[in-house]
Amino acid sequence: MADRIPILRMGDCLLVSVQVEMHDQLALTLQNDLTEKIVAARAKGVLIDISVLEMVDSFIGRMLGNIASMSKVLDAETVVVGMQPAVAITLVELGMELPGIRTALDVESGMELIRELIDGQDPDADDQD
Amino acid sequence: MNHPKTGRVADLVARAQQDILDDWIRQQLGQTGRGAGRISEAALRQQSTRFLEAFARAINGGLIYDAKAPRWDDLREVLKELSLSRAAQNFSTSETATFIFSLKQPLFERLRKEAGGADVDADIWSISTLLDTLGLYTSEAYQKAREEVINRQQEEMLELSTPVVQLWDGIVALPLIGTLDSARTQVVMESLLNEVMARRAKFAIIDITGVPTVDTLVAQHLLKTVAAARLMGVECLISGIRPQFAQTIVHLGIDLTQVVTKASLADAFSLALKKLQMAVVRLEGRPGRS
Repeated sequence: MADRIPILRMGDCLLVSVQVEMHDQLALTLQNDLTEKIVAARAKGVLIDISVLEMVDSFIGRMLGNIASMSKVLDAETVVVGMQPAVAITLVELGMELPGIRTALDVESGMELIRELIDGQDPDADDQD
Repeated sequence: MNHPKTGRVADLVARAQQDILDDWIRQQLGQTGRGAGRISEAALRQQSTRFLEAFARAINGGLIYDAKAPRWDDLREVLKELSLSRAAQNFSTSETATFIFSLKQPLFERLRKEAGGADVDADIWSISTLLDTLGLYTSEAYQKAREEVINRQQEEMLELSTPVVQLWDGIVALPLIGTLDSARTQVVMESLLNEVMARRAKFAIIDITGVPTVDTLVAQHLLKTVAAARLMGVECLISGIRPQFAQTIVHLGIDLTQVVTKASLADAFSLALKKLQMAVVRLEGRPGRS
């Protein structure tokens, strides 16, 4: 359990930047850490940057979906940003279209999206829905 | 192999090469085939000369019917080049093979004349079989060359037919033309997603006006592309839905409600602009031009 993905706090948002290849144990640790941190920091938004992730399998895909659902239960919006084309294709080919996850192209537009969601500017009429 | 007899043919070809060549070229020019006008006399003469020289060299050591023997390497090289150039010039298979077969007549005539009444049937038979083999080899090489041309064109089409164009800051369009199959969808998907990544686009419009037929497979491919784009944070709009397409979709029971579809590219573009909170407006204070 030496490996750990850092979770940074930015106001009422949490920033997770995955800088290494995800393996199963790492994903589980992240899931634990993140849920605890959301509660501790009373975070309203979670931004997960996976722009350096080049390989995914169905487990990691499901993990991302789970994290989003768990955050939702804890009243925090999750946005996954920077998914590589190859990763997106793989997930779709695996039949994991992750309908529950909100996505954005990069960190900047991801933060904008989270801001909109938190500020409650009619979240139902959102672009990414 | 009967060496004295084949030796006679080899002698003849070596000795009377120029005369045979002249007869042969005259014969080929006389043929009114489809390919008659497509090759100049000079080029024909050059090809014929090269073939005959290689042929003379090859049969000098006795006849071997197996055209794959190492002694025929030279000749095969000449034939391969010939097939390649003829394939590129749109000659047909039989026209290409006739190049070899047409050598028979001048060669046999001269052989008969030189023999002066002696029996040349055996010679004619062996040389005829040999030329047949070479002719077949030529048509095979020709077909291979044509297949290469077709394969190359297919690949080029795959590359050419998937351009991604930028319509506006943040909006790209992918006009699809031609039938969508699995291989092509893969290329389309990859090039779209890579372009979106490179241009930081928020909207991608897939225009299918140029797709002639749609079936469940095509629809599924489209949906996959849309889903993959969504995972990257890009919204896909599908435009260019023709009435026929709409009917097919409903009849096949394909669910496209997850995707925004528009009848025309213009509609999709204006929707994308609207979502980016932009608008195209007429400039005021200027006299209208019409």
